[in-house]
Amino acid sequence: MDWSDTTVQSTFRDDVRDFIMTRLPDRYQGDSGEGEDFSGGWQADRKSEDAKARGAAENWAGALSEKGWVAPAWPKEYGGAGLTVMEQFIFNQEMAESGAPSVGGMGVSMLGPTLIVHGSEEQKAEHLPRILNGEVAWAQGYSEPGAGSDLASLQTRAVRDGDEYVINGQKIWTSGAHFADWLFTLVRTNPDAPKHRGISFLMLDITSPGLTVRPIIDMGWNHPFNETFFEDVKVPVTNCIGEEDRGWYVGMTLLDFERSGISDAISYRRGQKELREFLVSGAGKQFTRQDFSVVRKELADRAVETEVLFNFAFRIVSIQDSGMVPNYEASVNKMYSSELHQRMARTSTKAWGLYGNLWAEDSAYSPMNAAHVRDYVGSVPHTIFSGSSEIQRNVIATRGLGLPRG
Amino acid sequence: MDLGLSEQQELLKNAAREFLENECPEQHVRDMEEDEKGYSPELWGQMAEQGWQGLLIPEEHGGVGFDFLDMCVLLEEFGRALVPGPFMSSVLGGGVSIMEAGSDAQKSEFLPGIASGDLIFSLALTEPSARFDESGIECEATVSGNDVTLNGTKLFVSDAHVADYLVVAARSSAGVCLSIIATDQDGVNVTPLQTIARDKQCEVVLNNASGQLLGADGAGWDLLKPIIQKYTVAECAYLVGLSQMDFEIAVDYAKERVQFGRPIGSFQAIQHKCADMVTDVDGSRFIMYKAAWSIATDQPDDETTMAVNMAKAWCSEATRRVVAHGQQIHGGIGFTKDYKVQLYFRRQKRAELAFGDADYHRELVAQQLGL
Ligand SMILES: Cc1cc2nc3c(=O)[nH]c(=O)nc-3n(C[C@H](O)[C@H](O)[C@H](O)COP(=O)(O)OP(=O)(O)OC[C@H]3O[C@@H](n4cnc5c(N)ncnc54)[C@H](O)[C@@H]3O)c2cc1C
Ligand SMILES: Cc1cc2nc3c(=O)[nH]c(=O)nc-3n(C[C@H](O)[C@H](O)[C@H](O)COP(=O)(O)OP(=O)(O)OC[C@H]3O[C@@H](n4cnc5c(N)ncnc54)[C@H](O)[C@@H]3O)c2cc1C
Repeated sequence: MDWSDTTVQSTFRDDVRDFIMTRLPDRYQGDSGEGEDFSGGWQADRKSEDAKARGAAENWAGALSEKGWVAPAWPKEYGGAGLTVMEQFIFNQEMAESGAPSVGGMGVSMLGPTLIVHGSEEQKAEHLPRILNGEVAWAQGYSEPGAGSDLASLQTRAVRDGDEYVINGQKIWTSGAHFADWLFTLVRTNPDAPKHRGISFLMLDITSPGLTVRPIIDMGWNHPFNETFFEDVKVPVTNCIGEEDRGWYVGMTLLDFERSGISDAISYRRGQKELREFLVSGAGKQFTRQDFSVVRKELADRAVETEVLFNFAFRIVSIQDSGMVPNYEASVNKMYSSELHQRMARTSTKAWGLYGNLWAEDSAYSPMNAAHVRDYVGSVPHTIFSGSSEIQRNVIATRGLGLPRG
Repeated sequence: MDLGLSEQQELLKNAAREFLENECPEQHVRDMEEDEKGYSPELWGQMAEQGWQGLLIPEEHGGVGFDFLDMCVLLEEFGRALVPGPFMSSVLGGGVSIMEAGSDAQKSEFLPGIASGDLIFSLALTEPSARFDESGIECEATVSGNDVTLNGTKLFVSDAHVADYLVVAARSSAGVCLSIIATDQDGVNVTPLQTIARDKQCEVVLNNASGQLLGADGAGWDLLKPIIQKYTVAECAYLVGLSQMDFEIAVDYAKERVQFGRPIGSFQAIQHKCADMVTDVDGSRFIMYKAAWSIATDQPDDETTMAVNMAKAWCSEATRRVVAHGQQIHGGIGFTKDYKVQLYFRRQKRAELAFGDADYHRELVAQQLGL
């Protein structure tokens, strides 16, 4: 057992660190990057009205692409850096430590890897370069009003008509569709087959006629996601990835890229450190509740729990590094991280007493720009998306521990 | 970065598991609960033949010279098998104390006996105040040269009734001092206490008991720090093995027990408890090993101290959650003396409290965080 780097690992870490230090645009310096934020960050900057923001997004993507680090996990032949899982882990760690935004969004993290495994050569040639050079941003259209956790019950229908599919139906919660150029989606191509066997995986231009994206405002008054309606939307059959009716398996491909969640652990640790420093500072004291001892031990607990999360992340990467595939361990990380996030937000707001309900970022009365109350709301969906906590526990119990399915 | 066991650790773990499954079955654990000594000298001897009492002790003193991480791998197996007896007392309380604080002469005198199992030691740290900090040490020491005379009461001293020697923390005019005293003298009176785990913790009344100084007079508290750290992490390792086994027993039971026409393990209410149990057990394992690694590889003091406090803060509470779920999943049968799961539940509480529970360590974490 070893919690430290080997020499090779620390050399690579130094490279990444130097690179970030010299190339990260000012706009992203000192960013406290609370994980992936669909309403801001690089995704938003590249479409921003502000030329400075657009410039920063472009510069950063350009710098990363020199190293193949826009998609560090992709094989080199497709323009990635072909990093090993351990290198990816270190890369992600350093990016998160510095608050540097990752680039390429779901194109890099989800669609690209799927194409690399299941796509035809034509599909790869058409789409991968445009993800890497930042020309095309992708959104994920999986969920429907009637198909959330039980995604395979999805109803959006695609009917083959010659060289095209004609799509009708509705998707919901489509994050970032308002910044995206293309959408990847799961649709039902065979309603008579068992539910997992009649689904296909399609890519389409988000400006296709008949496709409408409507904003959904979240409970924090942000606009992270959308409803997406399909009315006779036509998609060439060449945009189907993998075989028709086999889309479920394409969508569910276990991609053995680094998925330890180390970035969460790093951002939690940084957030807590900033909070503690502010709490004991002169500026912080004026907001701190008088009976501070009720929060003190909670803060210690959150720090201990963050350490536990770090170890869970280290465990995933050590499993992968030794050539094995994590099983229930990845579900433990997702569940634990999202639930810790909510506990952290609760503890942080608690520290401020009444000031903990002030929402305005720019009010002199709002401690730390109301970051904690906002996180208290913002962390709510983390136990829902990407597999809810209940679904993760089901997976741990059945797939991990072999308990009989209900 | 690698959270797997080394080849040598795998061997140690597998050998220990196999040996303990054969030599320390459930019935033995139960027998020792009723036994006056609380351990079997025969098994004690066999363990020494495996080299376990001497695992940490350097070869020159008759040991095997493995490191502290390896010891934690072994102790995880001890927790799993609920091995009764004075192993931790002698190895951590005696062996580690002498390795940390002893003179060359003391090392040569005592370590080979500890390694061979011929000598049993224990650490007499706590007193009726039941505190773990320096001010909890009030037992009186009079030091003259190398000789120490002790007066006072030490409480919760594990296995003192079978120990040949005690390492005693006491207060002299110079501060805290450590000493080694033989138990077979008139001034040492040992009375076992009945505990939830039916282990043997004792009251030790010292009445002009005499012994030899261990380390410099007045330096006792500094010397104790690494000893207490190792002992604390050792308790965590024991808790990890204990909770892992409790969890495995509960999952197996949930697969077999049928109610409402189906295994109770098919009910989500039970499944989700099991999922939380594995999260707590795994969380305990790695935070414990992180602290053990920090000690074994001599990481900076402040990091090691934090790692140890975090480990005990977490393990104390997480393993309590595990054994509570373990009971609940078993329904009525779990509450019986005959069924095994209660053995784990009761022992968890002892180790949870040893060297400070979660609240105690959480407070230390808070202080180190600058709060
Ligand atoms: C902020 C945000 C961003 C999102 N982004 C996207 C996106 O970009 N693209 C996309 O396609 N989707 C996206 N989603 C949708 C997300 O994947 C779904 O919300 C998720 O799958 C849960 O589905 P649901 O909301 O319909 O809840 P439901 O599935 O209806 O669940 C409701 C409750 O029931 C519980 N439940 C459901 N099934 C079980 C079961 N078997 N056992 C026990 N409990 C159960 C759930 O845990 C939950 O507590 C996003 C969601 C959010 C909140
Ligand atoms: C101290 C004590 C005194 C008792 N006294 C009496 C007495 O005087 N007379 C008498 O007749 N009985 C008595 N009982 C028996 C008691 O009623 C049963 O223990 C109780 O009904 C639970 O049954 P069980 O022990 O078989 O557990 P099980 O029913 O096997 O339950 C095991 C676990 O599975 C869970 N479980 C079971 N079904 C479900 C489900 N559908 N969904 C989710 N979880 C489920 C349970 O909650 C429990 O956690 C006593 C029990 C105890 C412990």
